[in-house]
Amino acid sequence: MIEFKSVTKRYPDGTVAVDALSLTAPTGQITVLVGPSGCGKTTSLRMINRMIELSSGQILIDGTDTAGQDAATLRRGIGYVIQHAGLFPHRTIVDNIATVPMLVGWGRTRARERAYELLERVGLDRRLARRYPAQLSGGQQQRVGVARALAVDPPILLMDEPFSAVDPIVREELQTELMRLQAELDKTIVFVTHDIDEAIRIGDQVAVMRQGGLLAQLAPPAELLAHPHDDFVADFVGRDRGYRALAFSNAQLPALREERTVRLGAALDGDRSGAGDDWLLVVDDAQRPQGWLDLRAGHRDAAADHLELGGTTACRDGSLRSLLDAALSSPAGRGVVIDDTGRLLGTVTAREVLALIEAERERPTSSAGSTEPLEKSTPG
Amino acid sequence: MSEYFTWLLDNAGQVTALFWAHTKLAVIPLLIGLVLALPLGWASRRIPRLYTPMVGLTGLLYTIPSLALFVALPGIIGTKILDPVNVVVALTLYTVALLVRTVADGLAAVPEDVQAAATAMGYRRFRRLVAVELPIAVPVIAAGLRVAAVSNVSLVSVAALIGVPQLGQLFTSGFQLFYFVPIVWGVVLCLLLAFLLDAVILLVARWLTPWTRAAQA
Amino acid sequence: MIDLMLAWLTDPANWTGSDGVPVRTLEHVVYSLVTLAVACAIAVPAGLWIGHTGRGTFIVAGIANGLRALPTLGLLVLFVLIIAPLIGNDLAFVIPSLVALVVLGVPPVLSGTYAGIQNVDPAARDAAYGVGMSGRQVLWRVELPCALPLMFSGLRSATLQIIATATIAAYVSLGGLGRYIIDGQATHDFPQMLAGAVLVAVLALLADLLIAGVQRITVSRGLTGRYRRTAADPPSAGPVAGGAGSEGDRVLDPV
Repeated sequence: MIEFKSVTKRYPDGTVAVDALSLTAPTGQITVLVGPSGCGKTTSLRMINRMIELSSGQILIDGTDTAGQDAATLRRGIGYVIQHAGLFPHRTIVDNIATVPMLVGWGRTRARERAYELLERVGLDRRLARRYPAQLSGGQQQRVGVARALAVDPPILLMDEPFSAVDPIVREELQTELMRLQAELDKTIVFVTHDIDEAIRIGDQVAVMRQGGLLAQLAPPAELLAHPHDDFVADFVGRDRGYRALAFSNAQLPALREERTVRLGAALDGDRSGAGDDWLLVVDDAQRPQGWLDLRAGHRDAAADHLELGGTTACRDGSLRSLLDAALSSPAGRGVVIDDTGRLLGTVTAREVLALIEAERERPTSSAGSTEPLEKSTPG
Repeated sequence: MSEYFTWLLDNAGQVTALFWAHTKLAVIPLLIGLVLALPLGWASRRIPRLYTPMVGLTGLLYTIPSLALFVALPGIIGTKILDPVNVVVALTLYTVALLVRTVADGLAAVPEDVQAAATAMGYRRFRRLVAVELPIAVPVIAAGLRVAAVSNVSLVSVAALIGVPQLGQLFTSGFQLFYFVPIVWGVVLCLLLAFLLDAVILLVARWLTPWTRAAQA
Repeated sequence: MIDLMLAWLTDPANWTGSDGVPVRTLEHVVYSLVTLAVACAIAVPAGLWIGHTGRGTFIVAGIANGLRALPTLGLLVLFVLIIAPLIGNDLAFVIPSLVALVVLGVPPVLSGTYAGIQNVDPAARDAAYGVGMSGRQVLWRVELPCALPLMFSGLRSATLQIIATATIAAYVSLGGLGRYIIDGQATHDFPQMLAGAVLVAVLALLADLLIAGVQRITVSRGLTGRYRRTAADPPSAGPVAGGAGSEGDRVLDPV
């Protein structure tokens, strides 16, 4: 557990980067610091491992004041991941990962063994071990950065905008990977980002900070979307927060409608005369949805290149957001719901999902799925 | 102190002549070198396979000590040993050696989106070079030119050892007489000339690139 | 002319005695090595210190720009006039020349070392502190190895500058290969001058090649982009696990 107790950072020229910040990053959880540039989020992070010294206040790690410890020793026990990975260009990947083990006096052999282990753990091929950082893509370098931070299995991981220099697709992969790792490792993670979507996606709790190093709101993502504390937070969280909040509410599935299907590649004659519906769902041999077929187009068979592929699918235990999105994105107007193995369960319309959302809002215990009008951003 | 100024007044005519000779010997190679280096640098940028050998070869030239080159050139190009042409040719070679790389790197530093935009607007290769790429590369090329100018001024004085008249003669004659005054004046005037050439290149480069000042203002 | 020079170079008489090619070459090498070593002993620690602490950077800028414009011949002659009267024995002309060589060798090494440290990727430096290295460890394990390419280019400039100026210093009575040029000039022995010029050029080239070789061995391949490929590591070897394959596998061509 990391505790900020009224931490302030004031520079000699008088600017206050962080102003009386108090917050707790609980053990085994991801705490995300998010805010516009200049809000002091990176400064706050860097004060934890004393890359920046605080001006007043205290930072406690598991109850011990960091100020009393030797800075270098403190840092060796805290994993640190930064934006451009900061790999040492003159060292191979394996030696980069082995940096901290070597610093704390493991033997070379043991340090390297550990490095190889971590390379696989962060999803990289062992064959990359003997390469140099410049030979890796940005995303791969960032994975190495994470592996290096994990090398001596520190209980705490500090991540300073680690994924903001890679493209959106890779970023999403890295976020997923981080969440997978976290499920295995249970680290206490403090994560800095300026991307509110990233914060909401990966954070167990999110601290929104504003200019001048002030904490605007500290809350779990769903809470943040549902009840922004003030206009600043509401604004920062964004306009479609009502819709995005649906991602955090799982609902009992409505009764799914049974969908007429046809096998991929099958002839169509028999199905044409069916009910007054223009769309037919095409599945493969394992009942996995492949796409919709427009009967008005007059295709003679359900060949793969006749399919409309636009729709997303929702998982049985997915969120209301994915359910609604499946319905909205489907060319037939019916969202496809599948089970864990990808087999078709049935379909649901947007109207049905909305009814479900309305029902959720009425349940007194749950606030997660609810939305508030943007204009009326009352403190919650 | 007065000894220094008395000497300068007494020898004003000769010192002025030496200063002019020095200026010519330093500037002519600079201009010829620039004219030669532009196409060579452009070529080694256009044809990546040329870059490494070109830069390697010019780098090799740069390793040859100036006095050695002054002396060896008559044997290679058939001039007389005391001919100032040797100095001009040698310094031109050094200038080219320095500038080829600078021009290539300067052109390489032109942002790719700018090049792409120029191409997309219909510039042909040569016009694009003259109208877009060279102007943008001016600051880098000017920086190389300043280094070449300043080192040329120093190198010219070495030619006094093979009897080519310029400010270096103040060093040799001062040494023979074991007399400080002309040596100190030689050093001062060399520094002055280097400073002047540096300033001229800087001003011309500024005049050619008004946008760099706009960005600062 | 070239025939005469070759005749001079192949004449056994020119390869023996105190003014023979081996002795002159040895002199030139010794002067250059000694002054280079002294220059490095001054410039490397100073450059490391200035680069690591960021203090005194104006010294580097001033020295690098100012000394390039100083005429080497003027500097040599001036040093002789100042220092020689203070010594008064056989070394009266040698010491000032050597001092001048050191003075000319310092700036390239100093600015190369300083620039090398300055150019270290700030993210790498930040990460080095972040993983718990002490200031000393950051300097020795990260900054210095990353600064080596620029340090070497400074060293190469200094070496060439010293060898060239040592040649000129023959004019103020220093030994070495420059003697052939200066003495040949005095006696109008052009073949000897040309031979001297060629010998100096060859020496400079060899010295540069030697340092380039040392540089190739010392500098990490991660910095030079000269990567080794093994059978286990073919160019197409992409990451397999974890979906990393979609990130693209950038493998640079060896230069």
